[in-house]
Amino acid sequence: MRFVKFLIPLVLFGVLVGFFWKGLYLDPREVPSPLIDKPAPEFALTRLDQPEQTIRRADMLGKVWMLNVWASWCESCRDEHPYLVEFAKLKALPIYGLDYKDQREPAQAWLAERGNPYDASLFDANGRVGIDFGVYGVPETFVIDKQGVIRFKQIGALTPEVLNAQVLPLLRKLNG
Amino acid sequence: MADARRLLATLLLALGSALPAFAADAPASAPSAPAVVKFEAPAARLTAADPALEARMLAITGELRCLVCQNQTIADSHADLAVDLRQEVREMLQHGQTPEQIRRYMTDRYGDFILYRPPLKASTAVLWLAPAALLAIALVALAVVIRRRARLSDDQFEPDPLLDDDEPSATLARPVKLV
Repeated sequence: MRFVKFLIPLVLFGVLVGFFWKGLYLDPREVPSPLIDKPAPEFALTRLDQPEQTIRRADMLGKVWMLNVWASWCESCRDEHPYLVEFAKLKALPIYGLDYKDQREPAQAWLAERGNPYDASLFDANGRVGIDFGVYGVPETFVIDKQGVIRFKQIGALTPEVLNAQVLPLLRKLNG
Repeated sequence: MADARRLLATLLLALGSALPAFAADAPASAPSAPAVVKFEAPAARLTAADPALEARMLAITGELRCLVCQNQTIADSHADLAVDLRQEVREMLQHGQTPEQIRRYMTDRYGDFILYRPPLKASTAVLWLAPAALLAIALVALAVVIRRRARLSDDQFEPDPLLDDDEPSATLARPVKLV
């Protein structure tokens, strides 16, 4: 009985260590998005390269497509961009950009310099559509299905690993 | 003990009189060092235009987490997104939306993570109920110990230490040694 009494604090300590140990490997940056499996928000934005042409959510229904949030001021977009350019060559799905809180000239210069993987870029000057998509760390990437439902979200730069292990299998599922 | 207190007071006084001297030095050196960056947050200041609206906005955003710098509130943060979201809340309030609707708007986009006061649901039950449960356990344990000790006879306890001035005990009169 006395032995058990001394064991209790030890067990509690063990539980605490267990929680802290697990906590060490959790990334607080990875906030689970409430938008997964929810309809994508409404939007109507002009094209970056053609200010007179507007693209709406309804225009995108019926195809599985990727929305990649980027900006010419965004540092990690520079790291991500080559992968996206490579990925676009596969023509696995239409890739649309969301040029977030940017200006037209530097954004277009940025694409001209680094290559343009996008079918089109939507120009979100004041970041309102970004807010509706819950964007808080550029770059972010969404995959949206034929019904306009968000099926995948990546916060931070895409990597070949993410594209191969997550995006491509998801595409096979959504298109198959 | 009294010596220690006097020393502490002297130290504090010395520190107190030295601080203004530092402050007085600063402007003198400022012109030669123009590289000093001044951080200002225009949006975080109360705007004179509508202080009442601003106060309501700050009350709401003060309970929302800024997702960019996660340990600050949206009210406090200077991050771009926080500035935008404060503006968003201002406009929503002007359109007559309730704080409840605004919180809903935020959780629809960013999830419960944005709330510093998380809602009570199955996944947060432990978070909400654990403190009360732990307090209850502690109180029960305290009651058990007190009852058990109340039943013991006097000779089961150690005698109280002598507090008599005539017989200074070694443990109490140990001089405080500084350094």
